[in-house]
Amino acid sequence: MAHPTSQGLPAQASRNWLQKLELDMRLLGMIGAFVLLCIGFDLFTDGRFLTPRNIFNLTIQTVSVAIMACGMVFVIVTRHIDLSVGALLATCSAIMAMTQTQILPYMLDFGLNHPATWIITILVGLLAGTIIGAFQGLLIGYLTIPAFIVTLGGFLVWRNVAWYLTGGQTIGPLDENFRRLGGINGTLGETWSWVLGVVLTIAALWVLWTSRQARARHGFVVKPLWAQGVLSAIFAAAILGFVAILNAYEIPSRRLERMFEARGEVMPEGLTMGYGVPFSVLILIAVAIVLTVVARRTRFGRYIFATGGNPDAAELSGINTRKLTVKVFALMGFLCTLSAVVASARLANHSNDIGTLDELRVIAAAVIGGTALSGGLGTIYGAVLGALIMQALQSGMAMVGVDAPFQNIVVGAVLVLAVLIDILYRKKVGA
Amino acid sequence: MVDRSGTPLVQMRDISVAFGGVKAVDHVSVDLYPGEVVGLLGHNGAGKSTLIKVLSGAYQGTGEILIDGKPVEITNPRDARANNIETIYQTLALADNLDATSNLFLGRELVTPMGLVDDAAMEAECRKIMGQLNPNFQKFHEPVSALSGGQRQSVAIARAVYFNARILIMDEPTAALGPHETQMVAELIQQLKAQGIGIFLIDHDVHSVMELCDRASVMKNGQLVGTVNIPDVTDDDLLSMIILGKMPGASAA
Ligand SMILES: Nc1ncnc2c1ncn2[C@@H]1O[C@H](COP(=O)(O)OP(=O)(O)O)[C@@H](O)[C@H]1O
Ligand SMILES: [Mg+2]
Repeated sequence: MAHPTSQGLPAQASRNWLQKLELDMRLLGMIGAFVLLCIGFDLFTDGRFLTPRNIFNLTIQTVSVAIMACGMVFVIVTRHIDLSVGALLATCSAIMAMTQTQILPYMLDFGLNHPATWIITILVGLLAGTIIGAFQGLLIGYLTIPAFIVTLGGFLVWRNVAWYLTGGQTIGPLDENFRRLGGINGTLGETWSWVLGVVLTIAALWVLWTSRQARARHGFVVKPLWAQGVLSAIFAAAILGFVAILNAYEIPSRRLERMFEARGEVMPEGLTMGYGVPFSVLILIAVAIVLTVVARRTRFGRYIFATGGNPDAAELSGINTRKLTVKVFALMGFLCTLSAVVASARLANHSNDIGTLDELRVIAAAVIGGTALSGGLGTIYGAVLGALIMQALQSGMAMVGVDAPFQNIVVGAVLVLAVLIDILYRKKVGA
Repeated sequence: MVDRSGTPLVQMRDISVAFGGVKAVDHVSVDLYPGEVVGLLGHNGAGKSTLIKVLSGAYQGTGEILIDGKPVEITNPRDARANNIETIYQTLALADNLDATSNLFLGRELVTPMGLVDDAAMEAECRKIMGQLNPNFQKFHEPVSALSGGQRQSVAIARAVYFNARILIMDEPTAALGPHETQMVAELIQQLKAQGIGIFLIDHDVHSVMELCDRASVMKNGQLVGTVNIPDVTDDDLLSMIILGKMPGASAA
């Protein structure tokens, strides 16, 4: 499936079986590095790293950065940068915190934990994030101020708008329903997680199959059936395996008891229940799928990549690159809000320093995931994997007992190393 | 012979473009009839590319543009495309990171009923047109940065002819081509001309202008030296127009 958005390899003389699968070699390399990393940490921690519990935690810690990294891919692909995402997250979080703890319950008399509070809060946040993002995009696209400058300014502005809005206070506790979007406090449970897994698997296989059919209908060469089968099996195993792991993390029995008590029931003897897929992870999955479709199958996505590849050519092809810039930054703002929802819900509070340094983590995740700063290249799944690698590195080192300063030194070095490997790899394949 | 009794397909009247203090195009008027090939000649920097970019919507100039005798506003490349004006740019204007198909349809993607881009259908069309223009072309799944100069050029040409242009602008279309491919472009021009398409052809080679064009307009330092009927002039006449900036016979008089 050679695609303008995939970092496809030029056909090499020797077509081995891996190439028959038409997988993205770069992706395989990243997955390989990630697996090695996990196994390494697991050995050093006597098997504490690859437990369902730790994988669950790793996943929910990754979500906030990963959501923003998806948007950062589009920003960087169009040859821009956004240094303001951490600060924008803070402003969105502050706006939502004030909305759900002050404005709705008291000023509008909803009372605490009203069932509509969380949804209104999120809509307000999304609106704010999108408008702020679009405004920055306007300055960049139409007034042609470099994105670096606009978002460097935004970095200071939004961080301190957040401070001003809350008076620097920690705002909380947040709305009960809202907090369910943070991770462990809101999961699908085992049954629905399996339903989700099966639905996603069927969808993935359907996409693989229909794109094959579309190519076959036009008489193009399609990959052999066995390759199609292997690929389908890998997809199914990955999705269902992920669900199985999250389901295997069991809710502690004390907590389960309290859940039953809250519902006025008595917990049956010996009952165990897994957490399953957290809602926050569900948000990330939805974002990643939607943006992958946007990148590969919509005009908007195609124009993003064309503009990154050659802005003049895009303009001469009738693409309104200025409007495109506004849309890309508006999308980035929208995603900052989603991350703000997840991050503040996970902490159960809005704190003044929320999202600090996130801009760097987000950019690093996108870049480790194969997004080229020169523009035109990058994938959504790469960015998610990049975020996951960074988080695994960070938590793994913490578990092994590496001192805090060394953790950041290693993460920084890994970022530079990843880009170096990428440069060498691209030289080698001539891409 | 081209019939010039009717309304011209394109009239560019009194066009001027300035970049800062530089008058890149200085009160130039040219026209083009259906089925006609008009050559644009001149030194590097004479203003040829800038002039045709006004017609293709890349630059804004002063002056007037008429299509079929009717004044039109061309303020961006979309307007030009809407008027069936297609352009092969000197720089080719390809997105290097995308494949041939995506470049061919850039800005005009085929979509499925659901509004998603239909890559398979576009690739099928791309294979058809490339099969006519460059039968050896096979690299459909690679970014165009991996193509040779000639292959890139053929993608740019395919993009201009695929969409049923009525007015075609070719800015040095054979610059990256070998003799065989150049001959193919010459044949293509004859074919398009026979279909009644009007073509502005910018070319450095006076001989190929003599061979392919019906008229030639010569520019120097942003100004129009003059427009001549090719059957009335010799290679040397054209060369002296380019070099001296004078109409043939003007010096003799
Ligand atoms: N985008 C631009 N900005 C500034 N000057 C330009 C630009 N494009 C062309 N020029 C100038 O305009 C003049 C005409 O250039 P051009 O139209 O490219 O000439 P030609 O195609 O005949 O070689 C040159 O002096 C060139 O330097
Ligand atoms: Mg030129």
